[in-house]
Amino acid sequence: MDVGQMRRQWMDYIKSMFEERFLDGQFLQLQQLQDENNPEFVFEVVSLFFDDSERILKDLSFALEQQSVDFKKVDAHVHQFKGSSASIGAQGVKNACIAFRNFCEEQNIDACRRCLLQVKQEYFVVKNKLETLLRLEQQIVAAGGSIPIMELGF
Amino acid sequence: MNLTNGKGSISTVTTTTVSMKSGEGSDQFPAGLRVLVVDDDPTCLKILEKMLRSCYYEVTQCNRAEAALSLLRENKNGFDIVISDVHMPDMDGFKLLEHIGLEMDLPVIMMSADDGKNVVMKGVTHGACDYLIKPVRMEALKNIWQHVVRKKKNDWKDSEQSGSADEGDRHPKASDDADYSSSANESNWRSSRKRRDDEEDGDDRDDSSTLKKPRVVWSVELHQQFVAAVDQLGIDKAVPKKILELMNVPGLTRENVASHLQKYRLYLRRLSGVSQHQNNSFLSPQEASFGTISSMNGLDLQTLAAAGQLPAQSLATLQAAGLGRSAVKSGLAMPLMDQRNLFSFENPRLRFGEGQQQLLSNNKTNLLHGVPTNMEPKQLANLHQSAAQSLGNLNMRVPGSSTQGNPLLMQMPQQSQPRGQMLSENISPRIPRLPNLLGQSTVSNGISDGLLGRNGIASSSRGPSFNSVQQSSMFFNSPMNQSTEMSVTNFPLGSTPGISSITTKGTFQPEVNSGIKGSAGFPSYDIFNELNHQKPRDWGMTNPGLTYDSSQHANPLHGNIDVSPSVLVHQGYSSTPQNGHNRDNSLIGKSPFSLGESSEQGHFQNGVQNFNPLVENSTRVIKSEIVPDASSQTSLFPDHYGQEDLMSVLLKQQEGIVQGENEFDFDGYSLDNIPV
Repeated sequence: MDVGQMRRQWMDYIKSMFEERFLDGQFLQLQQLQDENNPEFVFEVVSLFFDDSERILKDLSFALEQQSVDFKKVDAHVHQFKGSSASIGAQGVKNACIAFRNFCEEQNIDACRRCLLQVKQEYFVVKNKLETLLRLEQQIVAAGGSIPIMELGF
Repeated sequence: MNLTNGKGSISTVTTTTVSMKSGEGSDQFPAGLRVLVVDDDPTCLKILEKMLRSCYYEVTQCNRAEAALSLLRENKNGFDIVISDVHMPDMDGFKLLEHIGLEMDLPVIMMSADDGKNVVMKGVTHGACDYLIKPVRMEALKNIWQHVVRKKKNDWKDSEQSGSADEGDRHPKASDDADYSSSANESNWRSSRKRRDDEEDGDDRDDSSTLKKPRVVWSVELHQQFVAAVDQLGIDKAVPKKILELMNVPGLTRENVASHLQKYRLYLRRLSGVSQHQNNSFLSPQEASFGTISSMNGLDLQTLAAAGQLPAQSLATLQAAGLGRSAVKSGLAMPLMDQRNLFSFENPRLRFGEGQQQLLSNNKTNLLHGVPTNMEPKQLANLHQSAAQSLGNLNMRVPGSSTQGNPLLMQMPQQSQPRGQMLSENISPRIPRLPNLLGQSTVSNGISDGLLGRNGIASSSRGPSFNSVQQSSMFFNSPMNQSTEMSVTNFPLGSTPGISSITTKGTFQPEVNSGIKGSAGFPSYDIFNELNHQKPRDWGMTNPGLTYDSSQHANPLHGNIDVSPSVLVHQGYSSTPQNGHNRDNSLIGKSPFSLGESSEQGHFQNGVQNFNPLVENSTRVIKSEIVPDASSQTSLFPDHYGQEDLMSVLLKQQEGIVQGENEFDFDGYSLDNIPV
């Protein structure tokens, strides 16, 4: 595959992520922050997000497995997850977190557990997709190409 | 709170730019704006940092609130604006907001993924200058500089107003002021101030876009002096000019005082509004943070203002407590912007409550004569009333209570006298005034006690009896040198609320003391000013006592409350860690000066004879000391404090202290590294 093709593939892929609401405009902001001084910016941020998310999910699972669930703590975790996913532009995850928080307020343990599953699912899907996207980017760059600049409304 | 969090705990503090200069290039403003970002979410932190850097801002990131606080304390003048997340594991974002507002008076932007109205409202009431919803976009960050400019403008405006008002008042009231200062003094002060201002803020003043007035760090000592002055004048009559004269801190401008006063009043209002609890907790603030003192005062004032009944004692206590307390939580929230609103004087619930109330009601002085504030006149009046009362009470307390920090004030005067000669003429005239202020406390030994009292409050919060050190810092180089114990000791160094100014704490060797304190102790108010001029913004640390520029020197001392008392001023303060005196609690009672001896001492001692040299030394010393001594809460108030800032800080702190409640969580104040 030549660079041109890879770029097109990348564009299509990211477009679909937007259309399917896995990503939102915030991700584009991140892309715009990447420049020659920080060519790996998106990759770094996304990696950070992954690491942090794994930790939060682990804490969340642990908290919800307790005999007596500390909803405040759960809510705090979800809130943080909501923040970081929103900052990345992981819209699906963010929305799942919003729903999660509502149930936390109600202190509905079953609903919360379901929400956790939902959040996890969303997370793993978007993680997968992002990894694919980033890999594509690396290939493009390795082949001497540049990452296309996407703008909303494409 | 993790007291041990100090520099070391700043796990991720990265500065994108090395220079922490006090001012950004005015030409490229807002480029170079120094932003501190605090967020426990690493993803957000990284994104924010990158975004801010894209705006050509200088970014420092921090993932822990306490680390951020200590960073701010270490670099009083190192930042222009702070962006903080609301939900953080180690400290509530609003608490941090309060702290910053009180201590450093920097504009703070809150951010959160939470966009609920309540949270946003909380941001407003706590004084955030803006609230961003995550995910934060570049566009939102691009314009944060407006908050910096706006704040500076407001500060400046206040100073200007106060200035003109004062100027106008000066002549007519010459006779009134006779007690407080000689004309020579005033002119000196004015000229030095002018000098300082010219040097430092020449451009800034005129160029609103680069408004960068050096911030005065209201150390605990300085704040105590301030409170004592306000008390003496009476909350109703305490106008910045007079307060300034009473305080007799070289390098301190009327704007500084006015701003601080404003905050103080807010603080009092908050206190009254908040507290029903008579918390004596502030009395024994465990938090070392000197900030508390300012907050205390602020709180006191507020409460007083509101209730008009704040007993002097409570004020003193509050102040002391404030000093000791690191976190004036509730009070801190008092943003300058909200000052107006704050003056809805409800019944002040004097926290101090205990019997001090009667004292307060006695004083109806108008604290803010001619002080232009954001408050409406009647609000102001109210404030004055209560403030005056409380302040008055405070003063009253001084004589009696050694602990309340008044001693510090008292000490000052006394010391000043002997030191008169030592001090530059500017200072001398002023010093005598001090005695009036304190009047009663015994400078010598008593002072130390007194200092302790005040400092003690602070120190108590701190835990260890830093007495010596802290106190001295409070007094800001007052000539107090006489009593070694004085000043220095009481203030808990740990929190070194900012020994700043010259806490001459007199106790150390009389000579030395006066000179010490950042501004070389007491005697050198002038010197200090000069120093200030010389090093307008070298330090990054601002000396609370001095006007922005000069304060740099002073502050270093403050911060190092740990430094041996009195003399610590220079030595001690500047670097608690450095000098080693700082930790010298034993200083109390001993000639502080000698205690403080560590490297600096030598300077001071020598300096004693020459104030200038001393000052120089001290300033130098201080500088070095201060810088490193980030942990010691060095200055209570960051340089940036304009008058408003100070006031709000005070108020906030006061509130925090007064409230003593969970909300304020003074104990939590020990966030800073101040050893308890």
